[in-house]
Amino acid sequence: MKRTPLLFLNVIIIATCGLIYELLAATVSSYVLGDSVTQFSLIIGVYLSAMGVGSYLSRFIDKHVAEKFIDIELAVAVIGGLSAPLLFLTFAYVSYFGIVLYTMVFIIGTLVGLEIPLLMRILKDELDFKELVSRVLALDYVGALVASLLFPIFLVPKLGLNRTSLLFGMLNAGVGLWATWLLDPLIPNRKITILRVKGFVVLVLLAIVLIKADSLTTLAEDGLFTDNIVYAKSSPYQRIVVTKGKTGHALFLNGNLQFNSFDEYRYHEALVHPAFAAYDGKPKRVLVLGGGDGLALREILKYKSVETVDLVDLDPMMTGLSKAFPALGELNQHAFDDPRVSVTNGDAFVWLDNNEQPPYDIAIIDFPDPNNFALGKLYSTRFYNLLKQKLSPDAAVVIQCTSPLIARRSYWSIIKTLEATGFSVKPFQTTVPSFGVWGYALAKMQPFETPKLASGVDLKFLNENSFTSMFEFPTDMTLPADEIEINRLDNQALVRYYESEWRRFE
Amino acid sequence: MNLSRRQLLSTFLGAPLALAACGDAPRRFPDGEIVGQNAVLGHVLREGRAFDVAADNWSNVGTAIVGGGVAGLSAAWKLSKLGRNNFVLLELEKETGGTSQSGVGQPVGYPWGAHYLPVPFRENVDLIELLDEMSLTDGRTADNNVIVKEQYLCRDPEERVFYKGRWYDGLYLHAGESDEDKRQYAEFQRRIDYWVTWRDATGRRAFVVPSANCSDDAEATALDRVSFGEWLRQNGFTSERLIWYCDYACRDDYGLKIEQTSAWAGLFYFCSRVRKSGEGSQPFITFPEGNGRFVNHLTESVKDKILRSHMVVSIVPNANGVDVICLADGQLRGFHCEKVIYASPIFTAPYVIRGLVDDPPFAANEFQHNAWFVANLFLKDRPKPRFARDFPLAWDNVLYESPSLGYVNATHQKGIDYGPTVWTYYYPMCHEEDGRTKLFNYEWRDLADVCLTDMARAHPDIYELTTRIDIMRWGHAMISPRPGFIWSKNKQAASKPYRNIHFAHTDLSGIALFEEAFYHGLRSAVSVIKEVRTG
Repeated sequence: MKRTPLLFLNVIIIATCGLIYELLAATVSSYVLGDSVTQFSLIIGVYLSAMGVGSYLSRFIDKHVAEKFIDIELAVAVIGGLSAPLLFLTFAYVSYFGIVLYTMVFIIGTLVGLEIPLLMRILKDELDFKELVSRVLALDYVGALVASLLFPIFLVPKLGLNRTSLLFGMLNAGVGLWATWLLDPLIPNRKITILRVKGFVVLVLLAIVLIKADSLTTLAEDGLFTDNIVYAKSSPYQRIVVTKGKTGHALFLNGNLQFNSFDEYRYHEALVHPAFAAYDGKPKRVLVLGGGDGLALREILKYKSVETVDLVDLDPMMTGLSKAFPALGELNQHAFDDPRVSVTNGDAFVWLDNNEQPPYDIAIIDFPDPNNFALGKLYSTRFYNLLKQKLSPDAAVVIQCTSPLIARRSYWSIIKTLEATGFSVKPFQTTVPSFGVWGYALAKMQPFETPKLASGVDLKFLNENSFTSMFEFPTDMTLPADEIEINRLDNQALVRYYESEWRRFE
Repeated sequence: MNLSRRQLLSTFLGAPLALAACGDAPRRFPDGEIVGQNAVLGHVLREGRAFDVAADNWSNVGTAIVGGGVAGLSAAWKLSKLGRNNFVLLELEKETGGTSQSGVGQPVGYPWGAHYLPVPFRENVDLIELLDEMSLTDGRTADNNVIVKEQYLCRDPEERVFYKGRWYDGLYLHAGESDEDKRQYAEFQRRIDYWVTWRDATGRRAFVVPSANCSDDAEATALDRVSFGEWLRQNGFTSERLIWYCDYACRDDYGLKIEQTSAWAGLFYFCSRVRKSGEGSQPFITFPEGNGRFVNHLTESVKDKILRSHMVVSIVPNANGVDVICLADGQLRGFHCEKVIYASPIFTAPYVIRGLVDDPPFAANEFQHNAWFVANLFLKDRPKPRFARDFPLAWDNVLYESPSLGYVNATHQKGIDYGPTVWTYYYPMCHEEDGRTKLFNYEWRDLADVCLTDMARAHPDIYELTTRIDIMRWGHAMISPRPGFIWSKNKQAASKPYRNIHFAHTDLSGIALFEEAFYHGLRSAVSVIKEVRTG
């Protein structure tokens, strides 16, 4: 009979799809939950055991085997096809991600587990048992090989997780629809029509999601980011996107890179340790403005003398994510769970204006670059004057100040603005591959010498020599000869410098 | 949309928008009410009745100040500073402040009228003294100009303008201007510059605040004889956007269109706040509650002298001084005074001051006021920008195609850039011949509809975001500097005392600015002290 080879082709496709869903679930969960060994191990375990359950359950299907087979195929198409987008949405919007993840993996596994036994029963009348087992199982494993090769080499890099998921769902639905013709003689005519309508509906549904998905923000962003998006959500303040790629996780706010896990330690060591080096004595009270990713906290908490760290960040969704998103929590070493840390969500400008606090010994200021007026005010003379009122006389401050190479005027405008409010400033810079050359300001309220790095702190990047060299500026980043304006609330000179300098690179 | 709504919208916003708004009747309409000024109260005066005060309801006081707007409060402040504490201030309304009133709200207060003060020139020592007293200053520059603390200077971005669906930086619309537009704009700036550097034979400027210090040289005062529109035409200015810019300036400061405004007043707007050639206009001092901050400070400084809800119904000059009769809590109260400072609109004087109509030293009815309405919109959040590159929310947000003046964002100055805010929407009734009657023919719902329909052209989500909209109708908002008024003999005549009554009001400048009210308040206080026998 002619349909037998075609049914074997069916087996390969089913097997490929099955493994793809398994790999998708494992990848999504390792992206969002981190710890890929655990995630892959658990997903494979749950998936294979669910297949076993499915195989076992197949004995309870006595009648209408062919139509049940097609029904299952369509169910796998829907659930498997929508699995990746559903998992991402679940992770962004609900707290019980784990339950959804493993339930979904279990259902897909069970359904896939039902498929092969049912197919074997359909084919049993046409081949002898020896032949049947050898062919079906061989093809099943070949399909697994196809999937495992396609997935890392072609699917993830070229299509991304969401499109892969939807495309294989459609393939699965296509196979189900095709099977209504292949198994035509085994199914009553009335049922055939219903199955074909069902199959067509599933196919169209998945196609619509695939097409529509491109206009949905999450998937549209897939085009903007080179790596896979593992978290994307808009807070009232900003669009937060976390991606996962070869080099690790990266955080984007409104499309601007905030850190990449592969080199963020360079940025955050340079942000935090110079302030501690410049402070005479044992700093107890530390203020962090911005820095909702908790990575500066991780560095600060390395100092045993620190008793209190107050962090003020605009966005509760950002600080919440840094605490609850496992990959981020791992990266900031669960800094938000440290009892010394307390978090306030609010605009730092308004907070400084309205709150009385005992003075701080160290202030770490890690705002996004001044690319709009709401951020520009956080780099103004008014802001630094408010900050001064919150500091102890010997306090040391470090401020992230954008790139002195790309935005040379912007950088020096921040330095000049600090100086205009009476701070003594030591500009410094370092290289963070993800960002390029990056600039900071170390400031105190009285003149001071360039400090030396304290020993006894566990660091990956800074050492005595590299620390000292940060305070040297190559010629193309020094203070420009022409006059640089001070950034005031009533002129917002910095936002205008920044806009003109960074626009050249857009 | 029913006919009356279309009529309403086309009256206030023009027929095209009324037609465009047709069909989309607001899905959700916020709560609110008409607040403030009681028109009925003031209009009682028109009846000119006689008032008999019970004998034990009389008291003696050195000076009675009639009116608790900025002029009256400034007079009181000055008297008090000079140690002349034998005075009362009688205010018709429940609150002092006049058109500089403000509201208390969350997260910040908000204005009901005037909302900024340009930093005064160093010559305006009286006003600078007030700023010092309010701790708004940070000393002086080397050349003795006042330094105002950064947090009180209007935060950048100051203004943006909405034109054809997009927001642009600044008030003058640069986007899409032709070479001819650019030429005319530059030429206009040269004209301004000419008048900024101009000095008369005695060294006086043509335009300076307070306007009493302006030159009376014929070259300058001749400008008062033509309208600003006429002056622009005479000087070859035809650029649509330049004309709009000048028209906006007149509507904003005077509640008049360019054709209704004296060219002298029009140029005063552009020249009087520029210190010298090449400099920009003086920066603005502003607060969330606008000039309410000044009102509250002045009020606080003389708080035990203020009698609120005291409607002065009759002022009778006599041989000993002046008797002032007022109505408070349904009772008549009288004050035997030596002097009165009449710090109320001049047009009301004949209704209150006995004998003024018999031998009028000036024609009070020539002091014409215009009508406005001001709406405060309480927003639970800010509207979303429609385009990523749209210029962001500024302090003053102007709609180019609207007869309104747009809106001011109350949280701007405090650096509160997220979450709830209050927007103050201004609408001068200068497009109507009888704006005042029209204004009072409409109720809260109509005016709120006008405001929201107007705002919705820039912010379609305004209906969802506005939780409340309160409206104040200003029947007599401010003096109209129509051609020929400012330099008229009639206006000068009113500056002189009538028997023992000294007048103090921006009406006497012909320009309704805080500085002018302050100047007249102080001037009247000093002249009263000079004449008065007791302290």
